[in-house]
Amino acid sequence: MTDTETKSIGYYLRTHIREYGMVVALVAILAFFQVLTDGIMLKPVNLTNLFLQNSYIIIMAVGMLLVIVGGNIDLSVGSVVGFIGALAAVMIVNWDLPTVLVIPVCLIAGAIIGAAQGYWVAYWRIPSFIVTLAGMLVFKGLTLALLGGASVGPFPDSFQAMSSGFIPDFLGGFIEGRFNVFSMTLGVVLAALLPILGLRSRAKQAKFAAVEEPMAVFVTKHAVAGIAILFVTYLLSTYRGLPNILVIMAVLIAIFTFITNSTTLGRRIYALGGNEKAAKLSGINTKRLTFFTFANMGMLAALAGLVFAARLNTATPKAGLAFELDVIAAVFIGGASMSGGVGKVIGAVVGALIMGVMNNGMSIIGVGIDWQQVIKGLVLLAAVIFDVYNKNKA
Amino acid sequence: MDTILEMKNITKTFPGVKALDDVSIKVERGEIHALCGENGAGKSTLMKVLSGVYPHGTYEGDILYDGGVQEFKDIRDSEDRGIIIIHQELALVPLLSIAENIFLGNEISENGVVNWPATFARTGELLKKVGLKENPATLVTNIGVGKQQLVEIAKALSKKVKLLILDEPTASLQENDSQKLLDLLLEFKAQGITSILISHKLNEINRVADRITIIRDGKSISTLDARGGNITEDDIVKDMVGRDMAHRYPDRTPNIGTEKLMEVRNWSATHPLHPERKVVDNVNIDVAAGEVVGIAGLMGAGRTELAMSIFGQSYGTDISGEVLINGKPVDVSTVEKAIASGLAYVTEDRKEMGLILEESITTNITLANLPGVSENGVLNDGAERSVAEEYRNKINIRTPNVAQKVMNLSGGNQQKVVLSKWLFAAPEVLILDEPTRGIDVGAKYEIYTIINQLAADGKGVIMISSEMPELLGMCDRIYVMNEGEIKGQLAAKDASQEAIMRMILKA
Repeated sequence: MTDTETKSIGYYLRTHIREYGMVVALVAILAFFQVLTDGIMLKPVNLTNLFLQNSYIIIMAVGMLLVIVGGNIDLSVGSVVGFIGALAAVMIVNWDLPTVLVIPVCLIAGAIIGAAQGYWVAYWRIPSFIVTLAGMLVFKGLTLALLGGASVGPFPDSFQAMSSGFIPDFLGGFIEGRFNVFSMTLGVVLAALLPILGLRSRAKQAKFAAVEEPMAVFVTKHAVAGIAILFVTYLLSTYRGLPNILVIMAVLIAIFTFITNSTTLGRRIYALGGNEKAAKLSGINTKRLTFFTFANMGMLAALAGLVFAARLNTATPKAGLAFELDVIAAVFIGGASMSGGVGKVIGAVVGALIMGVMNNGMSIIGVGIDWQQVIKGLVLLAAVIFDVYNKNKA
Repeated sequence: MDTILEMKNITKTFPGVKALDDVSIKVERGEIHALCGENGAGKSTLMKVLSGVYPHGTYEGDILYDGGVQEFKDIRDSEDRGIIIIHQELALVPLLSIAENIFLGNEISENGVVNWPATFARTGELLKKVGLKENPATLVTNIGVGKQQLVEIAKALSKKVKLLILDEPTASLQENDSQKLLDLLLEFKAQGITSILISHKLNEINRVADRITIIRDGKSISTLDARGGNITEDDIVKDMVGRDMAHRYPDRTPNIGTEKLMEVRNWSATHPLHPERKVVDNVNIDVAAGEVVGIAGLMGAGRTELAMSIFGQSYGTDISGEVLINGKPVDVSTVEKAIASGLAYVTEDRKEMGLILEESITTNITLANLPGVSENGVLNDGAERSVAEEYRNKINIRTPNVAQKVMNLSGGNQQKVVLSKWLFAAPEVLILDEPTRGIDVGAKYEIYTIINQLAADGKGVIMISSEMPELLGMCDRIYVMNEGEIKGQLAAKDASQEAIMRMILKA
């Protein structure tokens, strides 16, 4: 490797330290708890639980990222989770409506809730903090009203499958407890697909101009990602296979990564958060975009609400309490900027995983809920300080 | 004459860049010392070293001030010794009163309790000194930029200033406000206050400066003595850019179309907060293909408001009137539609309204024409970068890399990015609002060349500028605007600064 190449790799890593730093932190935290928990951390059953426990946070973090990149915040998502869970319970348990009808109705209801809040933010320029603080109170109250203060449940299996089901083993004869060949195959396909897609996009870029990312970084990145995917799917396949919810999450992450990185819609949201006036004077309909980010957030909060209710197998008035804080923390740990315009979907997901791994690991080794909160708070602060420090140094 | 300040062999390095390289400057007590240089030459860095923003130990070299070597730890340290710096971007709190701003951080108080009567009385005295007739209780947001500048100076005076540093104080001021400010500097000089004046406006420097130090590429080039009156602007420019500038404006042979490319008819707009105030009043203007049309006027004449209200109703309410392009009425009610009709507006405030500073050059250039680099809403990275590279070469944006964040560029290069953005949107008519504000002589020339090229390509250019020589040097025709109305128009050959001023002042 020539001297200039090494230099440019160093430069590239330094300018992208935030993206890689968080992944390194996640791996370090995982390793730390793997040791501390005598290997329980990465046991297939625990890994499965880890995804199940954090699915609703990750789902919402993806939507929250768009809201925060657009320069706003949504405090109401926790209450919306509770409200939609309650709505689903009332429709399914009390009114005996079929699951296939209830799920889309609930998603649409979530989108309408998000849109209703986004309307005031976008078209009336009322600060999102205020509008969604109001929404938080309103939907917390409506949840109580809807449930009459009591829990409603249980749900039928078809509904529960969304969050506690697993991908059946189409290739291994559908036998419980045996190695899940289909899940493993999915993992292998995904691990092979990512570098192929990556190479194609590099080739496309190279046609026009020099590729910014050094080859060595590209190879390392995909090697690490590939190994991680194979490792995780292998572990999960030895237990019950890929959870349904993991597949839903993966699809959502893929869709939103694509939107933010590769579409004009995504670009415009970053522009809106980066400088609203400049975006407006460049012909971008900033109001409609803001409105969209909230409607989208509402729908994802509804999805999270369904997943959470399905997981608990009951809708309780306390569901979703303080979720918004975990979601917002995940997005900021993942490197988003409070003032908007900066942040990545993958960052938010990694941020959520860091929080989830810490919750899970600390619970296993018996750290009390009191100290867990303290530690999580300090991690959030440290991540943001790390950001600011990097920025000042540059 | 004794020396109040001597900065000796100052060298300041940032990671990868030597911002100052062995710079020396000597300022005599009681003089007005001008500091000249292109943007990025190191003027502001030098002043930051002097005022302690970059504390002792972060640079090499010595600061001798008021008889001894100084080792300032921070701004407060240098302020205590009477060095006050007034930055280009004013540091006033808009929603506090003039009096509160002047004594901010330096309150007249006893045990933490502010003595308001004394504060207001003292403010009154200070305002009298700087010639500002305003009530000390007036909120800063309610007075114009020129007056805000005076408030900053009054604030400096409240701190027993010995050495006053002004960083481009007239950059955003109108001609008459600038004159007032310069007169004030001369008055301070008579009172024995030493000033260092950083400015791009050579005529101003020539008017007030005793001596001029010129910095280029982080090195001190020369110190000229202007007291004899034998220094010309060309002498300064030569040292600033390192070459002769025979012409301030590039040559151009106008090739103006006979038909009107764009016509604005009976255009009116009112102030968004004060519906009784008509900011643009029944304006009629037009521009032909290949023509550069100027709009002259004082600050607050309504020029920016006119441009922004035309460009997708980005300013004002109750907008009425008609815009025609190639003789056909077009819908310009939103920015999107205005762009689609072939309009572009390059804002006067590139940082606040023109650029996304945190984003790359590439992202900024394609922002107004994303469909041009995408298919079905999916961006083509490669196409985007090749567009950025194209403009980087075509209009000479100086950067190692188009992935560079715009905030790391100099003012002139930032302006080129804004221009690139609008060139890529392929408009018919460009409205350029103060296209050369706050950028250095060399970059100005490049911007002028781009404007001429646009006209040569058959675009219509409307240029708003507060620098009359610029309008006279660049335009084929000049509209004169005042108090929201077009007061008249002049052909370039009949126009002069005096003629424009007379037209403005004509009731």
